[in-house]
Amino acid sequence: MVTRYIGKPVRRVEDLRLITGQGNYTDDIGFDAAALEVAFVRSPHAHAEIGEIDVVDALDIEGVVAIFTHEDLVGPAAEPLPVLIPHPSLHAPRTAYALAKDTVNHVGEAIVMVVAENRYLAEDAAARIKVDYRVLPAVVGIPASRAAKTAVHKDIPDNIAAHLVQQVGDVLAGMAAAPHQLEFDLTIERSCSMPLEGKAVYAKWDPDDSSLRVYSSTQAATSVRAAIAAKLNLPLPKVEVIAPDVGGGFGVKIMHPWPEEILVPMAAMRLGHPVKWTEDRREHFISSAHERGQEQHIRVGFDDAGRILALDVTFWHDNGAYTPYGIICPIVTSTQLLGPYKPGAYRVEFFSIYTTTVIVTPYRGAGRPQGVFAMERTMDRIAETLGLDRTEVRAANFIQPDEFPFDQGLIFQDGRPLIYDSGNYPAQLEMIKEMIDWAGFKDLQADAAKAGRLMGIGIGCYVEGTGPGPYEGAHIQVLNDGSVEVAIGLTSQGQGHQTVFAQIVADELGVPFESIRVTSGDTRRFGYAVGTFASRAAVMSGSAVALAARSVKAKALKVAADALECSENDLELIDGMIAVRGNPTASIALGQVAVLSNPLRYAFDEAAKAATQFARPADPNVPPVAAGEAPGLESRDYYSPPRSTFASGMHAAIVEIDPETSEITIDRYCVVHDCGTLINPMIVTGQVHGGVAQGIAGALYETLAYDEHGQLLNASFMDFLMPYVTEIPGRLELGHQETPSPLNPLGIKGAGEAGVIPVSAVIAAAVEDAMGFRIDAMPINPSALFDLRRDFANGKIDAIRSRP
Amino acid sequence: MKPAPFVWHGPESVPQAVQVLAEFGGDGKVLAGGQSLVPVLAMRLAEPAHLIDINRIADLNFVTSSPDGVTVGALARHSRVEGDIAAGRVQPLLAQALKLVAHPTIRNRGTTVGSLAHADPAGEMTAVLALCGGSITAQSTRGKRTIPAASFFHGPLESDLAHDELAVEAFFPALPTGAGTAFVEIARRHGDYALCGVGAIAELDESGSVQALRCAYLSVTDTPLVLDLTRAWQSAEADAVEQAKLAIDPQSDLHATADYRRQLAGVLTVRAARQAISAAERGARAA
Amino acid sequence: MTEERHDVQLTVNGHHRSVLVPARRTLSDFLRHDLGLTGTHVGCEHGVCGACTVLLDGEPVRSCLIFAVTITGHEVTTVEGLAPADGLSPVQQAFRECHALQCGFCTPGFLTTITAGLADNPAPTRADAVEMIAGNLCRCTGYQNIVDAVLRAAEISEQTSW
Repeated sequence: MVTRYIGKPVRRVEDLRLITGQGNYTDDIGFDAAALEVAFVRSPHAHAEIGEIDVVDALDIEGVVAIFTHEDLVGPAAEPLPVLIPHPSLHAPRTAYALAKDTVNHVGEAIVMVVAENRYLAEDAAARIKVDYRVLPAVVGIPASRAAKTAVHKDIPDNIAAHLVQQVGDVLAGMAAAPHQLEFDLTIERSCSMPLEGKAVYAKWDPDDSSLRVYSSTQAATSVRAAIAAKLNLPLPKVEVIAPDVGGGFGVKIMHPWPEEILVPMAAMRLGHPVKWTEDRREHFISSAHERGQEQHIRVGFDDAGRILALDVTFWHDNGAYTPYGIICPIVTSTQLLGPYKPGAYRVEFFSIYTTTVIVTPYRGAGRPQGVFAMERTMDRIAETLGLDRTEVRAANFIQPDEFPFDQGLIFQDGRPLIYDSGNYPAQLEMIKEMIDWAGFKDLQADAAKAGRLMGIGIGCYVEGTGPGPYEGAHIQVLNDGSVEVAIGLTSQGQGHQTVFAQIVADELGVPFESIRVTSGDTRRFGYAVGTFASRAAVMSGSAVALAARSVKAKALKVAADALECSENDLELIDGMIAVRGNPTASIALGQVAVLSNPLRYAFDEAAKAATQFARPADPNVPPVAAGEAPGLESRDYYSPPRSTFASGMHAAIVEIDPETSEITIDRYCVVHDCGTLINPMIVTGQVHGGVAQGIAGALYETLAYDEHGQLLNASFMDFLMPYVTEIPGRLELGHQETPSPLNPLGIKGAGEAGVIPVSAVIAAAVEDAMGFRIDAMPINPSALFDLRRDFANGKIDAIRSRP
Repeated sequence: MKPAPFVWHGPESVPQAVQVLAEFGGDGKVLAGGQSLVPVLAMRLAEPAHLIDINRIADLNFVTSSPDGVTVGALARHSRVEGDIAAGRVQPLLAQALKLVAHPTIRNRGTTVGSLAHADPAGEMTAVLALCGGSITAQSTRGKRTIPAASFFHGPLESDLAHDELAVEAFFPALPTGAGTAFVEIARRHGDYALCGVGAIAELDESGSVQALRCAYLSVTDTPLVLDLTRAWQSAEADAVEQAKLAIDPQSDLHATADYRRQLAGVLTVRAARQAISAAERGARAA
Repeated sequence: MTEERHDVQLTVNGHHRSVLVPARRTLSDFLRHDLGLTGTHVGCEHGVCGACTVLLDGEPVRSCLIFAVTITGHEVTTVEGLAPADGLSPVQQAFRECHALQCGFCTPGFLTTITAGLADNPAPTRADAVEMIAGNLCRCTGYQNIVDAVLRAAEISEQTSW
């Protein structure tokens, strides 16, 4: 295969429409059809029993078409939303009803749906609906949930949804034998994906053929389709779901079905009219999903070289009011906590617990940042205790390059063994140390200190299991004009899939890049898929696309060999032309091959004549379509790996603290990452930039501030501090390593989450290094740092021992 | 997030506007730039029955400068005031503070008089008006009156304006010759409301020593606070810091504690004072 | 009780448009739903994210914070009006070259803001470029490439003006 596109920074196909305002996001759809619009009455209380719902005043609003409560839901739609990923340890799962029935368990839970001529009128009507509430005590924060004075769900008195222990080796023995031991607590607070486009649903029912078409700003079109079909009692083939242009997902849109994804189609069916709902920003804050909140207790035993002999982690994971996504995030924390290391023995126990707050489902990193935080802070503490360099301690614990595949002995979030396929952590460490000039920092720090400046350096390592299964597929079809239609089942939210997968097809099939059109996330075009999450699209769909392209190429050569009366082995396919190697006159265009691949009775145009039955002699004993074959130049192929493939990386940062104001500035931020083969380095770099920005946001700016009544105090962009350009360092330094994955045809590993995973750990480490006291809780802001500095000055916090 | 319905009025002159205000001002709001008001309406935190939209009153869109000071009409956008060279010479505080108001796009629409009438103690322009001892002129069917800054701000988002009054212009007295100004603030993100902000006017005597230092504080009091720090500064920087820290009354919120704000007030007092003094020194050298 | 409708007349991207809308119809909704110009996006409806930024008489403003009725008689330029008849504007070209967009949702707001910014300051320094885009949120790109695109757009403008 001539690699002309794979590995190149090909400009994106998507850009032309997006930069001219021709994008097609869900709220843009159906301008001509004048859909009815939806607004919700959402619970103003964190925990309450619902009594009477009085809609009389709302009906007065001109333009109100229908009002729905739980009583109006029938059949499966009236039952709770599904538990998407059941797990034996999720012993007390709970999910919401599409419209609340009897109780509400977080501010923002949907109770009443109003359908009106436009959103203004729908909101007017919603404001007039009176709901009787019997307010119950809220349960906010991990301590309150654990204390369980109030149960979020009456029948789960201890507020525990799941409890899981995993272990490898004998932690008790390891701990007892360890010359050194440490025990300490860590805290990470909530943050969230916060894409610029919120959720949105547009649904249209066609009464003529009893079919439903739904557009949703989702990361999981096929699964939303299945959920809608199930909840609305429709045969699957009668439901189509399309994810059009999506304005960012970052994980929050992998959660599904949102109540609105069931209710809006239901309303469209019942009212016989297209219906749409576009979430506003406040709704997104209080009725989508958050993530990251955990409290961790760590015990570690280690030797004089800093090698971990036993690691015992217990953590409490705040899962919010419901558990629709199961316990994936804490499982990811538990397993990915190990990072690039091989502790002698490991035990991890978690409790996933309820609070009367928004649900917790994956956000870029999906539990990994918390695991990395735990491990990397542990490494720093070990180094401090022994007076060793922090990178040396890490190096002493690395899995070595010759130890792959490395079995960590646990079950990963895909239900498969946690086996790392490839990687080279020592080389990464060398690279990052050189980039940030780790060796030279001591002097830099000392010189700065003389000038009254407070500087610190931090480092963080991670391993990311990417490309989990069960599978993805691709359909490739060559049309009679030689153009190539590619359909993949999963969805896109800005990753450049239309470009990246076209690059693969261009090289694998041998056609001009411009002749390829890629469609994603449209169940009309591809019906079997899982979704876009866990940095899996390039690995999964990329591999499927490569396999499908190879199938199509094989078939094309076969048909061409027959037409050119030569052997397939003599042919090559380059730029859409199949020719005999060394004899360019013996050639046939791929489009013509497509024509011939479908034996016809009827020629519908000039070119099609070549495929008709009298057009050329045929062997009378051979059927036109051989057994096991199919007409047409197309193929549908699936890629289903035995397990995930493991990307990895290391970040390092130098920070400076303003002695007067405690403001934290990131002077330098370096990234080394390994995501195997790169299809489009420009796109991968963009993903890392974006991930690091989110990581910095989560480390220094973003929190979700719930008060004790369960009210979200900062449910707007004024107080939820997403960074502008001015809050992100002007230059991110990227280094690159490539250990191809042996698990898929192109050697790809996922890259989508690489930028965000270790950032909180790195920033905490750097601030700690600058301050000389421990940073055990993240995020941190200048005001909190000011408090800590004052406590330190007053002797209320211990100093860290000085570092080598 | 759509506003509740309202009756819209688009007066084309000040007399028309005050007529409408006299009738509907009690359950109405004046719309100028809308950068503060529209989000409030969108979130339905306020649902006035009437909106008196003054954007058609072209007469109110002016910035005039004289040796006495700068007069800013009610419809002058922040960006217009910020870019007015003459105004910048007469009262440099205006441009210095306006640079810190939100982002340029917001300043293209928001009005300086509007932000004064809004009386947000986190708003930079309230501190500027108080610091230079300016005033607001309000008009109603009952007549016209000029309200000095010291009596204009009653509390957070509470001004002295009656429901039937329209703030038609603000007056910022000129900077005395030989004085220098500065405006500094610290915010979580560039363009956010400040955690603490300090404006300073420093006057030097012939020998170059500080003969007057006044500072105004935002985000650490309910209404803009102006302090005369002359004696304290002449004694020692630390004394001025101490005086400032004692005079303010910061609150804690999810972004910063009261103590941290107090710390910032001290730090920014020194920074603002030093910058104002440098500006005065530069002015003296140029003269 | 029906809301009063006002006759809003605007010149949008050079074309005269006239629609009857209630007073509370925001300019962003007017553009998107009444005129079908869905290129302008709504990210927050409280003026912070900048996705809704359009040019009002050439100046960038938050269309989510303006009622259409307020600005009747004025000129609005949206992202759909940025490209010349044949091809892309320098800012649009630069965005493509520099990979300054991923999901594209914030992009129209950046494009209008930068177009106006470069009209005011055709030769920005890197610091100028940062200040120019400092009021627009992007969740995908981490901003590096957008800053590069501002500088590249200035370059392209300079080259094509010869």
